[in-house]
Amino acid sequence: MRKAIFWIAAVLILAGLQTQLVGWIGAYYYKIVILAGINIILAVSLNLINGITGQFSIGHAGFYAIGAYTSASLVHYGESAIRGTVAFLPRFGQDTVLLLLGILVAAIAAGLAGVAVGIPSLRLRGDYLAIVTLGFGEIIRVLILNIDAIGGARGFSDIPPLSNFFFFWVFLFVLMTVGTIHNLVNSSYGRAFISIRDDEIAAEAMGVDTTRFKVLSFVISSMFAGIGGSLFGHYTAYLNPNSFTFVTSFYLIIMIVVGGLGSIGGSILGAILVTVILEAFRSLSEFRLVGFSILLVLVMIYRPQGLMGSRGMFKFKRRAAVAK
Amino acid sequence: MITFLQQLINGISQGSAYALIALGYTMVYGVLRLINFAHSDVYMFGAFMGYYIANNRTFQARMGTSLFSAMVVMLLAMVLSAGLGIIIERFAYRPGRTKTRFTLAFWLGVLGAAFGDLLGHSFAAVVGGALAGIAVGVVGELAGFRPVQQDTRLGLLIIAIGVSLFLENGGQLVFGADPKLFPEILPSKSLNIGPLNLDSPKLIVLGVSIVLMILLNVVVNYTKTGKAMRAVSFNVDAAKLMGINTDRIIAATFAMGSALAAAGGILVSLLYPKIEPLMGVNPGLKAFVAAVLGGIGNIPGAMVGGLVLGMAEVMAVWLGSSTYRDAIAFVVLILILLFKPEGIMGKGLVEKV
Repeated sequence: MRKAIFWIAAVLILAGLQTQLVGWIGAYYYKIVILAGINIILAVSLNLINGITGQFSIGHAGFYAIGAYTSASLVHYGESAIRGTVAFLPRFGQDTVLLLLGILVAAIAAGLAGVAVGIPSLRLRGDYLAIVTLGFGEIIRVLILNIDAIGGARGFSDIPPLSNFFFFWVFLFVLMTVGTIHNLVNSSYGRAFISIRDDEIAAEAMGVDTTRFKVLSFVISSMFAGIGGSLFGHYTAYLNPNSFTFVTSFYLIIMIVVGGLGSIGGSILGAILVTVILEAFRSLSEFRLVGFSILLVLVMIYRPQGLMGSRGMFKFKRRAAVAK
Repeated sequence: MITFLQQLINGISQGSAYALIALGYTMVYGVLRLINFAHSDVYMFGAFMGYYIANNRTFQARMGTSLFSAMVVMLLAMVLSAGLGIIIERFAYRPGRTKTRFTLAFWLGVLGAAFGDLLGHSFAAVVGGALAGIAVGVVGELAGFRPVQQDTRLGLLIIAIGVSLFLENGGQLVFGADPKLFPEILPSKSLNIGPLNLDSPKLIVLGVSIVLMILLNVVVNYTKTGKAMRAVSFNVDAAKLMGINTDRIIAATFAMGSALAAAGGILVSLLYPKIEPLMGVNPGLKAFVAAVLGGIGNIPGAMVGGLVLGMAEVMAVWLGSSTYRDAIAFVVLILILLFKPEGIMGKGLVEKV
């Protein structure tokens, strides 16, 4: 009952904000708010692998790209067929069906890719896993570059936007992502994830099926990355493989590390901070990125546990040593 | 058959360049267990240093274009890059091990210099900014800001990513983002043996790589520093107990790896003369794959891995499609990690509780 009330209230508040927000803050800041929302989805989901399960993925952009391109191509090529099936709905309803279907398919496709990457993680640890995920992300990008039906190197244009209510949709999914991962962390599944992070061998000795939970964390995380990608594609109505290089993955890692690995609140804060800082200093051209990278190095040297430490908004204790 | 031989030659010269970069990755991984992402940017830095030295008026007037002057260009660039490697190690990676001083002053000084450039675009502004940054840093350090011990390897990895981003963006600021044409520091001659084409750059790349690798092997296997290096990579704590100055050895490792990367940068620029601040990203990733392929932490492995990868790439492009070129390295990587994670020459590690 409380849950139902929470979600009804959330939908109402988001819908209300949606009608007012552009008027309050203008189109430019509105765009930044939406991009920050998408980054929150990506960062919180990456935190599940890197911060909570203690595996190290630097290929999150690959899942993000899969989600974005799957959803975009489904809507691009299947638009008329799907509209035909739900022709009884008004235009607005059809758009919503298309958008949600795109998001669903994106999540499934990215989740399947998560299985594919999760399987090698059965055998590999630490740095090696990191390298495989990096390689996976790059392979996805090269594949996209070579598929002409989705634009190749030109980029995929003419993606139907399907909605004028992106603030509503993005933040609805932000709530869902944060809620799901928060609940997951505080369930018996979450205990298993954390036990793998803290000591994999001990976890296995205590009867945790480490393989299963590692793959599970990859799959859940990549599904949310796929959702983020889908929203991004429909929001910008244009996709380019260059948006999904490993540098994108690096920025996501920076978000969760600056916020504090393992802390969901930290990931949210990190995503907002990085998005806003990069956007705020856009006029300063090259200096922006030089300064940003120096700040990153300084944060890591002087506060390696991140701004929120390991606790933050959603508390749970964390041992100091993660990677061996 | 002729095409095959030609591709073999191309593959070997491409592969030996990868091997030179891979050596730096593998050496640093050996002593620090760290994937030094900044290494690919040291490679870029080396190529740019070569560019500036070779284009320097006084240098050109003194030296002209000869084999000797090309060697001088390369050696100078290697020395400068070794310096960069030492600086990176000292101010980015060492603070996580020992609480070194002046870290804050260094980084704030760099930040101040960049900010001064933004405000004034003049030499005085840059120096003023740097001095102001250093002053703030020294004050901060006197007030008690000290680096924190890194208890996870992940932290160092993020620092490496940060340094890499810093060098790439700093390169765009200092060198300019537009591609530059690397000067022909050697007269290019085309040698034809029958239908086979052996450009002089290809031969030089191969020859210089072989010489450098032999040199490295001699240093690692037959000098005291090399012995200490092997000891550190075997067990840092035990090496320290044996009276080895591990910090100095780690710095020496960075210097050697960076010098090799600079040599690689210049050699590749002889083959493909377009240089730009982001030029290191792709070869860097591939060289890293080569290091893993050969068995990371293993010096002969890096050479073998580089050659194998170079050949695999050239052959795959010859037989298949060139647009997939960049994916080949990673497919090879994933296959090797799935079936022989310790690499071609590496030794398997037993996991201890």
